[in-house]
Amino acid sequence: MKGNVFSTRWGIILVGASIGVMAPLLQKLGNPANMGICVACMERDIAGAVGFHRAAVVQYLRPEILGFVLGAFLSALAFREFRPRGGSAPVARFLLGVCAMVGALVFLGCPWRALLRLAGGDGNAILGLAGLGTGIWIGTLFFKGGYSLGRSNAQSVSVGLLLPILMGGLLVLRIIYPPVEGQPSSGILFYSLQGPGAAKAPLLISLGAGLLIGILAQRSRFCTMGGIRDLILFRQWHLFSGMIALVVVAWVVNLTLGQFHPGFEKQPVAHSQHIWNFAGMLVAGLAFALAGGCPGRQLFMAGEGDNDAGIFVLGMIVGAAVAHNFGLASSPQGIGAHGVTAVVVTLATCLFIGFTNLKRA
Amino acid sequence: MADKTIDARGLSCPQPVLLVMENMKKMGRGSLEVLVDTSTSRENVARAATMEGWRVSKEEQTDQGYKILLEKEA
Repeated sequence: MKGNVFSTRWGIILVGASIGVMAPLLQKLGNPANMGICVACMERDIAGAVGFHRAAVVQYLRPEILGFVLGAFLSALAFREFRPRGGSAPVARFLLGVCAMVGALVFLGCPWRALLRLAGGDGNAILGLAGLGTGIWIGTLFFKGGYSLGRSNAQSVSVGLLLPILMGGLLVLRIIYPPVEGQPSSGILFYSLQGPGAAKAPLLISLGAGLLIGILAQRSRFCTMGGIRDLILFRQWHLFSGMIALVVVAWVVNLTLGQFHPGFEKQPVAHSQHIWNFAGMLVAGLAFALAGGCPGRQLFMAGEGDNDAGIFVLGMIVGAAVAHNFGLASSPQGIGAHGVTAVVVTLATCLFIGFTNLKRA
Repeated sequence: MADKTIDARGLSCPQPVLLVMENMKKMGRGSLEVLVDTSTSRENVARAATMEGWRVSKEEQTDQGYKILLEKEA
């Protein structure tokens, strides 16, 4: 059986380091600050671009996300790892995606962005990462208690192709309806004129970086939730070493590019309500753990034909719309009008899914 | 014939590794056959087994994924 060089310790470190180089560079080339890559924020921007929510500052059809899925899809095809599968508790996985996104938007970032915020000097990321770790730790307790959403089954090739096709379709929309200078929309797509949604690297660079990361991450199985989970559950450093590589390399690149600004106050697209930074990411971490992957990993698995990951991704996109339509998402001014309720309800949802799926209890 | 067979097909991370770890601990030694459906699970199971001092003595591709034989002598 052929070995996979990317799944070795050095392979995963190389992939983490590559993301650590590309994310700050994407920021330098136009993406929002400490948000060179953020799966949650970018899916939220996509939800805005197609009008699922009308928060005018976060609407842009981020090519990076499309690249993640399509890159992973191409890589899976090339290495004969495209395996259409699905059917494991789809509604539970969809709702876990919604909860994960709501939690991430209370903090303002996915685990990747939490690491990138730290690498950019944002101290608030420490609270988010602590919350993430705590949420994942709670998730490991469920797994130790026999938690399972049940088995997935093989599906038809066409079913496995659906999410890659959807992402390809969004790319076509982005090409047919490109941004128009000074216009808040183009065809059916919305484009932010200010705020983080207006900060964007050029299309081909964003797409190219997305494709490259999609390929590398598919090969290496890079997963930020898995890194923390495996460390807690198995004392295994494999995936975690990729995360360390990401944060260290991104920090060095930020220093080099003048993008490192240490402190807690006035950090870009961030707030300093410590309890809610912690609690938001706790919910997200628990949801990622119960669903079996961080939001990036869910995109890569969706590219491999995994419909259970695909439904989680769709849940996250819908979750972003819910978060912005109902005042659940935070802003640099602090948590949203219903942010506290959102944390309580999403945490309760995750715990309900966790407790009611303990198969060996 | 392996002493025991575990079917971890269709289970998402980290369940295949948890199942294998649990069984390796219970058995202490012997031979354990594991069925998985993705190359990610195959790599994860092999990595965990090696960490616990077991040997991956055979890996073969099947219609529905992979069959891995893990062994540990006394």
